[in-house]
Amino acid sequence: MSQKTMRDAINEALHQAMEQDESVFVIGEDVAGCQGSAGEVGSVGGVFGVTTGIYNRWPDRCIDTPISESAIVGAAAGAALVGMRPVAEIMFADFIGVCMDQIVNQMAKFRYMFGGKSRCPAVIRFSAGGGFSAAGQHSQAMYQVMTSFPGIKVVVPSNAYDAKGLLLSAIADDDPVLFFEPKVLYQEACEVPDEMYTIPFGEAAFVREGDDVTVVAFGQMVPKAAAAIDELAAEGISCDLIDPRTTSPLDENAILESVEATGRLVVVDEAPPRCGLTADIAGLAADRAFASLKGPIKQVCAPHSPTPFSPELEAAYLPDIPKIKAAIKATMA
Amino acid sequence: MSIPTQALSNAYRLMKTIREFEERVNAEIMNGQIPGFTHLYTGQEANAVGVCAHLDTGDTIISTHRGHGHCIAKGAEVSGMMKELFGSSEGLCKGKGGSMHVADIDKGILGANGIVAGGPPISVGSALAAKIRKNGKVAVSFSGDGSVNQGTCFEAMNMAVVLQAPAVFVIENNYYSEHTNISYAVGCDDLKARTEAFGFPVFVADGADFFAVHEAAGKAIAHARAGNGPAGVFAEQGRYHGHFVGDPQHYRGEGELDDLRENHCCLKNFRARMVETGEVGNDVLDAIDAEVMAEIEQAVVDAKAAARPTPEQVTQDVYINYGAGA
Ligand SMILES: Cc1ncc(C[n+]2csc(CCOP(=O)(O)OP(=O)(O)O)c2C)c(N)n1
Ligand SMILES: [Mg+2]
Repeated sequence: MSQKTMRDAINEALHQAMEQDESVFVIGEDVAGCQGSAGEVGSVGGVFGVTTGIYNRWPDRCIDTPISESAIVGAAAGAALVGMRPVAEIMFADFIGVCMDQIVNQMAKFRYMFGGKSRCPAVIRFSAGGGFSAAGQHSQAMYQVMTSFPGIKVVVPSNAYDAKGLLLSAIADDDPVLFFEPKVLYQEACEVPDEMYTIPFGEAAFVREGDDVTVVAFGQMVPKAAAAIDELAAEGISCDLIDPRTTSPLDENAILESVEATGRLVVVDEAPPRCGLTADIAGLAADRAFASLKGPIKQVCAPHSPTPFSPELEAAYLPDIPKIKAAIKATMA
Repeated sequence: MSIPTQALSNAYRLMKTIREFEERVNAEIMNGQIPGFTHLYTGQEANAVGVCAHLDTGDTIISTHRGHGHCIAKGAEVSGMMKELFGSSEGLCKGKGGSMHVADIDKGILGANGIVAGGPPISVGSALAAKIRKNGKVAVSFSGDGSVNQGTCFEAMNMAVVLQAPAVFVIENNYYSEHTNISYAVGCDDLKARTEAFGFPVFVADGADFFAVHEAAGKAIAHARAGNGPAGVFAEQGRYHGHFVGDPQHYRGEGELDDLRENHCCLKNFRARMVETGEVGNDVLDAIDAEVMAEIEQAVVDAKAAARPTPEQVTQDVYINYGAGA
């Protein structure tokens, strides 16, 4: 056990999975790096450094590709269909726009359309979300979109510990898993065991426990929500903070039981409001816990616009601690 | 093809402007003044200028993540671009897009683009519009050596041939896509031949030589303008900086960067040629240098003083606003 960043925790999970199972391989753009160049192949390890060192130990199972996201995802899907356990890296979740068909119409549908006879144990990893002034094509969460498709599992870790355990579960899973890594959290560290461990899908984490309000938050919004809740504790407000960790499968019971106890719900996500997770969870509570509600459900999310470039605009765009606090208070008004 | 003196000094001015714009942007990023992801075009200036010298405002270009040079060559205001990179609301795109999304539609600049090979299909649309309108315009898309491996690029090239659209595909080989060499990422030995196999001619140029690019692009653009369908330009020239500002550049060979700056410089090549031909005097070029430096300095001063965006601007220029999140 030691302090590890989310980047290092994911990297450790990859190393351990590669070590344990020869059918695991890593594929993507510059996951090794420097191929064909005068430099040392393997010296990049992905643009965020998440696959560092994999090539150096398993050069045959750390595969750099051309810039061809459809072919990368398709190759992962195909290899998985014949029994491999690929972990593909798509540099930014926004590039789902390029490879959507291979995810949504292909890998997500195999098991069902083939009458349950196929397995597709592929994992696709993405860096996701805003916070870098990276503008409209390099800042999107995207996991909320992908959550709407049956046939794929969707994981959004909010800390290094969860990231490692969830990735090991993802690699062991026999169905396709999309794994969204909030890129602003790569450098955030917490205690992470050295040994392998798994965190089951569909089991939410209670990050804070309280009586007054249920707060459900995703990805990079989890630490922000925790900070908001800690500040409100001084004002005598106590909240449950639920991090679902996987948006599909979703731990509905954890959310509903909490809402039944508190009677109030705030949902926080960085994506825009329409057809997103905040609306989804609000809908769940309105449908199944209506009788327990004592106040309006509040959604804290980005506005309905692309992610702006300018730092001031992005700061106004992304949910922050004051907005989360205001929403919690609004449910109690 | 002889080029009028005025056009020559204008081409030199544009190349110098791009060079100094990029070098200054690099410095301002190091100073922490420019946020986001920025990719510099330094070294490749002759590609953009040699191509855009043949275009007027009715023609369009579409660029890449490495777009500053293309935009300047097609006439984007340096000052508005600098403000955009600084994230000002007075920027060309009101601070909404930044480096990767500089655009000026009125000038036929359909945008830099953060999606590798996002541009070529859009460019085919612009070319198709020109064909339908029979207005003799062309649409140029710039693609890197990595970008050409994307399906969208293949689709655009094939469809441009099928539709006989006046699309010009400019392939800029700077030898790397991020940290990967072209010898790895392009499977065949001859990218020019692979591109020509789609069914259009590709003209090759040394990307450090304005005159070579100008000649190759002239042939390609004339081919497309004359209604003969698409054409290509293939220019080779390394970039002087990393893929992005801050790239450790592990992929470079010993002395590679020094060699590029020393022996593959479009500005030096241009000056050498002028000494040979005497078409534009050194004194004129020196004066242009001084004017460009002053212009860039002023652009930075203006960008630092320019208005900052305010929160209500987040939801402007979206078609619909909803209460939640706003
Ligand atoms: C669809 C997509 N995939 C990957 C990236 C990340 N990326 C940005 S630039 C780049 C390399 C592009 O190489 P090339 O086309 O040769 O252009 P250059 O950077 O050399 O100008 C990559 C992989 C992206 N922006 N979009
Ligand atoms: Mg390149």
